Amino acid sequence: MSSNKIKWSSWPLLVPALALLAGILLVPLADTFIRSVSAPGTYTNLLTDGVTMTVLWRTVVTAATVTVAALLIGYPYAYLMTRVSPRARGILLVIVLIPFWTSVMARNFAWIIILQDGGPVQSLFAFFGAEDVVLYGSTAGVTIAMTQVMLPFMVLPLFSTLGGIDRRLLLAARGLGSSPTAAFWKVFWPLSRGGVMAGVILVFTLSLGFYVTPALLGSPQESLVAQLLAQRTTLLLDFAAAGALGMVVLVVTLVLVAWANRMGGTVSAIGVVAASPPKDR
Amino acid sequence: MTMTPDTTAKATGPSTGTPSGTEIRLDRVTKDYGLAAPAVDDISLTIEPGEFMTLLGPSGSGKTTTLNLIAGFETLTAGSIALNGTDVSDVPPHRRNLGMLFQNYALFPHLTVAQNVAYPLRERKVGKREIARKVAEVLELVQLTGRDDNHPSQLSGGQQQRVALARAIVFEPEALLLDEPLGALDRNLRSALQTEIRRIHREVGSTFVFVTHDQEEAMNLSDRIALFNNGRIEQVGTPQQLYAEPETLFTAKFLGDSNVFELGEAALDANVAWDGESWVIDPATVAAHPGVRASSAVVVRPEDVEVAGGRDDVPAGANAVRATVRDVEYMGSYRTLLLAMGERGLPGRTRVSPLQGEYAIGDDLVAWWRPQAQRIVAA
Ligand SMILES: Nc1ncnc2c1ncn2[C@@H]1O[C@H](COP(=O)(O)OP(=O)(O)O)[C@@H](O)[C@H]1O
Ligand SMILES: [Mg+2]
Repeated sequence: MSSNKIKWSSWPLLVPALALLAGILLVPLADTFIRSVSAPGTYTNLLTDGVTMTVLWRTVVTAATVTVAALLIGYPYAYLMTRVSPRARGILLVIVLIPFWTSVMARNFAWIIILQDGGPVQSLFAFFGAEDVVLYGSTAGVTIAMTQVMLPFMVLPLFSTLGGIDRRLLLAARGLGSSPTAAFWKVFWPLSRGGVMAGVILVFTLSLGFYVTPALLGSPQESLVAQLLAQRTTLLLDFAAAGALGMVVLVVTLVLVAWANRMGGTVSAIGVVAASPPKDR
Repeated sequence: MTMTPDTTAKATGPSTGTPSGTEIRLDRVTKDYGLAAPAVDDISLTIEPGEFMTLLGPSGSGKTTTLNLIAGFETLTAGSIALNGTDVSDVPPHRRNLGMLFQNYALFPHLTVAQNVAYPLRERKVGKREIARKVAEVLELVQLTGRDDNHPSQLSGGQQQRVALARAIVFEPEALLLDEPLGALDRNLRSALQTEIRRIHREVGSTFVFVTHDQEEAMNLSDRIALFNNGRIEQVGTPQQLYAEPETLFTAKFLGDSNVFELGEAALDANVAWDGESWVIDPATVAAHPGVRASSAVVVRPEDVEVAGGRDDVPAGANAVRATVRDVEYMGSYRTLLLAMGERGLPGRTRVSPLQGEYAIGDDLVAWWRPQAQRIVAA
């Protein structure tokens, strides 16, 4: 937005970051890509071996489910955070960040206890008559646990976007003839789209790469892409096939990011979005 | 100067325009937020159809709350509000059909100028072609033709407020409520938009309720002014009435400069005494009810105060007080003498023209005025 050109003298400041990125991202990425295309037929195998595409599709569906669930829970949660006192806001923030601060293993074992057969969640379902709900060892259980971990990635960008929306715009809409519901959908929701897009991209792309949670909570028959990758690199030592799979996941992710960028503005690394911002508020 | 004892009951009517406006009647309206005092305290006010009514008063006096009660953004603690005789106290804001203009414009940043203006029409399910026609028409009225596809952030503050104005009148609301709409603009722009708002009021002919804390703005724009103080209405009347015939000390001090001589518990007979001076009272200048004697004050506008070299130069029948020049302000076409009046050296001011000679700091004078020019108000 600012038309100020960055001064040439400030470019050297980027050197350390660029060097690091080149060393840990670009070189390995190029290496992986070269390996994936150097062996013949890796990509056609992916499409035809009957396993990879199934797992890839299952991963995308799981990530999408997690994203939708996180949005449905996170949006009202973030909205609430913008409306309460600073004290209550702090408490709400801590609650959503707790899984963040917990060790991966502790968190997943806690979920095993909660979701296992005869555990509290299953008993709750049984109490309401759903006797045969299986959560531990199923994609459903994996989705629940992943949603919990992903919640902060949805809530934080949403909170920053929703908090920046001028609430007087809602009053204006009401005065111009909108019911409260219409004012939400025609004014508040479009203005929050940048935050929604940021949260959706963060949660979806991160969800594509989950390894520990599906490995511990899911069933081996329903593995996700990260497990498949681990299997191909550590057990089968088939680096070409693993590289090709990694490339496919990367392309899926980039396509999504490009699409979301067009939809909702520019996503920055921490997920705060600058979609045509209102100048005065 | 004529007396109008009951200024609240009578309106001077709309300046011009079609007599199609809406009457807004506030009856014993109270809004209590549970603070020490109610934000709006038992207010009754009738705004005539097509009238330009300004709610004037210092910050925190309850103007915005009153406007929000009319708009329906706040609920009444007590009392009722009627539009054209229909009680709307329980009608939600989106069904009151009132236009609203805010200080911060409140334009929708995700919509273009044309989409912003079309918003209230869309909400009313107006046909596409009709919307296009009305939007073009109203954008012409606010002189923004051709900016349809701009986003609000591409416009200056004055232009944004004109878009907001277009959006607020395009659906021909019952009345237009304006809450300090020019407060964020610089002086020149403010005065240009004042002219424009007055013109649009004339052309549209609907009732305008305008909130401001700027007395000059209120004087410029209004048919009538309701002066707010601490959640109550101090006085209602035309700008001329409020300036020339203040009923309370608050009104006298809020609108324009005044010389104030507090009388304490004086009996208002033919004469009153102040600081050893004896002043003649013209009964027509007594604002308070004749029976009320408690705590009053004599108010004289600076332009009504003359100066003389000595007592002998004061015309017979005039009221006079000894004064010393404390400072001289050059205002261009006239000068203001800042005075210390009476034995206590009460601060006062008067205007003198260059023809009246030179005055220097420390000059001893006699300030005088005609009894008809003074006003005796409740202090
Ligand atoms: N939503 C609110 N909650 C509590 N107090 C309020 C609220 N709105 C206004 N007030 C109080 O009511 C009084 C009148 O405010 P307001 O109507 O905004 O005054 P004005 O517009 O004349 O400056 C003030 O003391 C203000 O603090
Ligand atoms: Mg206000």
